[in-house]
Amino acid sequence: MSAAANQDIETEMRDQPETAAAAPAGEVKVAIRKLFKIFGADPQGALAQVEAGMGKNELLEQHGHVLGLRDIDVDIEAGKITVIMGLSGSGKSTLIRHLNRLIEPTAGEIRVDGEDVLAYGPAQLRRLRREKMSMVFQKFALLPHRTVLENAGLALAVRGYTKQEFEDEANKWLERVGLGGNGGQYPHQLSGGMQQRVGIARALTSNAEIMLMDEAFSALDPLIRTDMQNLLLELQNELHKTVVFITHDLDEALKLADHLVILNEGYIVQQGEPQDILLHPNDDYIVDFISDINRARVLRVRSVMHKTRTTPDNCAGEVDHDDNLESVIARSQGDTAYSYKVMRDGEQIGVLDMKALVRALVPTRAAEDGLRARPGG
Amino acid sequence: MATYDFVFEALGLERWCASGTSTVPMSMADLMARQSGEVATTTPWNLPFPSLDALNAACPAFPQSRQVTKGLESGFLGIKDSLSIVLDPLTQPLSWMLSGALQTVLNTPWWIVIPLLLLVVQLVSRSWGLVVFVGLSISGLAFIDHYDHAMQTLAIILVCAFLCVLLGVPIGIAMSRSDTIQRMAIPVLDMLQTLPPFVYLIPLIFLFSVTEPKLYGIAIILYAIVPVIRLTNLGIRLVDKDVIEAADAFGMTDHQKLFGVQIPLALPNIMAGVNQTIMMSLAMVVIASLVSAPGLGVLVLRGIRNLELGVGLVAGLGIVLLAVILDRVSKASLARINAAQPQ
Repeated sequence: MSAAANQDIETEMRDQPETAAAAPAGEVKVAIRKLFKIFGADPQGALAQVEAGMGKNELLEQHGHVLGLRDIDVDIEAGKITVIMGLSGSGKSTLIRHLNRLIEPTAGEIRVDGEDVLAYGPAQLRRLRREKMSMVFQKFALLPHRTVLENAGLALAVRGYTKQEFEDEANKWLERVGLGGNGGQYPHQLSGGMQQRVGIARALTSNAEIMLMDEAFSALDPLIRTDMQNLLLELQNELHKTVVFITHDLDEALKLADHLVILNEGYIVQQGEPQDILLHPNDDYIVDFISDINRARVLRVRSVMHKTRTTPDNCAGEVDHDDNLESVIARSQGDTAYSYKVMRDGEQIGVLDMKALVRALVPTRAAEDGLRARPGG
Repeated sequence: MATYDFVFEALGLERWCASGTSTVPMSMADLMARQSGEVATTTPWNLPFPSLDALNAACPAFPQSRQVTKGLESGFLGIKDSLSIVLDPLTQPLSWMLSGALQTVLNTPWWIVIPLLLLVVQLVSRSWGLVVFVGLSISGLAFIDHYDHAMQTLAIILVCAFLCVLLGVPIGIAMSRSDTIQRMAIPVLDMLQTLPPFVYLIPLIFLFSVTEPKLYGIAIILYAIVPVIRLTNLGIRLVDKDVIEAADAFGMTDHQKLFGVQIPLALPNIMAGVNQTIMMSLAMVVIASLVSAPGLGVLVLRGIRNLELGVGLVAGLGIVLLAVILDRVSKASLARINAAQPQ
């Protein structure tokens, strides 16, 4: 093993997470502007029709083109988990593949760290994929003829490091995802959940700031899926990557999302803070979506409280601003006569009235004025 | 007079018809018809198809069917010399390789060749049972004095199969990477596969001298290269799309993708193609004995020509034995590759 090469790999490894961790909150890592994708023989011709207001079904019937994405505007913040949710056919997998240009857009703009990705030549694009973005796939997509260790070190192998050079780094991340002793095995010898851990280790070993996760946990059974979600949140607390996560599962979306984007038939129905979407859905589509979930478990105290620093008369104690409503109900034994002081870092930021809590649990109908008008529809 | 006179009358071409006569010498059938002096009467029942010959009967300036085959022949003979100038030096290494291989197996003592062969079998198959089987088969052939013929056949097959892989795998890779190349190559492959083996020999006999080894070498390669091309193309196209996408997403170059992902994952299919190629070389090497390919095929040919039943049958069984050996050994190495990379 050459010591110089090892030094090199380590300084490179160390530099990047720190810059990622140091990224100030609210900084936009990836900006998507007016993105359109139309599949078919003449996308540009069809684009004019879409811009003139033609819908997805009309376009398919009259022109034989499929509208993949329509007028997508998303800001993906550094160090946060952005979840893109939608049913199958809503264009979410198409959207995530635009970020590293596995699919080329018909029109629009994608900027990563302010740089226009669409202007990249092949070499720059490879650099982006090797060093800035890693990806985790629904069907794992491990190389079946390489060992778990070699799979985990794929990104480094692609950059030209030898096995000896990337071994330590790959082993470190395999260890971190709980596959310490499995480096010498082949992917087919592992269960689905373990294979996806290799997929995550592979993405982490590349040390990219941005991690794209395409339905990464959808192929796993529910218990394993919960494990993997917790693993992701744990890793995220440590590493502060910019994660773009695709899912069709609302519970998963609400659990992981800092920013939630809901797609339907290729356009964004609503995006924002998940709690906010839950309390103020702007579209029947979303109301349908959220009608099945356990609101008490998903809603947090901070979204339901009113801000004040006064102590209420009927105060029954203190709750944390990030507790979910279910835990507060359990604490109050269902008595709606009380209020609670809401604390953040030992400081009161508001008051939660139990009556307001119950009102928040009432299933929502579509709000009158949406946050975003539904285009064309 | 003739059935289709009216066509030329209607077109006003009588003068052109009268101006010329077909230059082809008279055929035997024409001569017989003239001798017998019968005037054929045309009824709707025996109306002749308006073929070249029937039209020629009405208008002597019209070409006869025989001119088609004759034209093809003279056309081929016309380009033959210039074609030879290009093809001769290109294919000369094939002659050297074949005669070199034949010289080597015949001039090396049997007590070196047989252990060497068994060593190769052990290396590619890792199966002692197979080594024993191959050893017994070859010793058996040698015991009845068929050793030289069997080794000649084996040498030709190994050289030709090696060249098939050397040429076929890159062609298959090119086909898998471009739909246009695939569209152009598939009809050619279909033709090579369906053309009866004897037909390969016809143009080759005109192009090269029958004493040159490359004559049968080319015939064997053309016939046997098809499966390795097809299965390389298929194998690479069948590689899991998700894995290819992952390779792209991690920024692999085309070169890294081809040698690091596509070829390793296509290897089981490519090896199945190599197995087929070896078996087809064996089939062709027997037919190629018609054009001086040495080996067991010569004995089969002698059996047919001189009605020597025993000679033909023993040589035929020897070929079966060689086929079984080649098939088992190549399948054993294929199985080892499959075991090394399960999907």
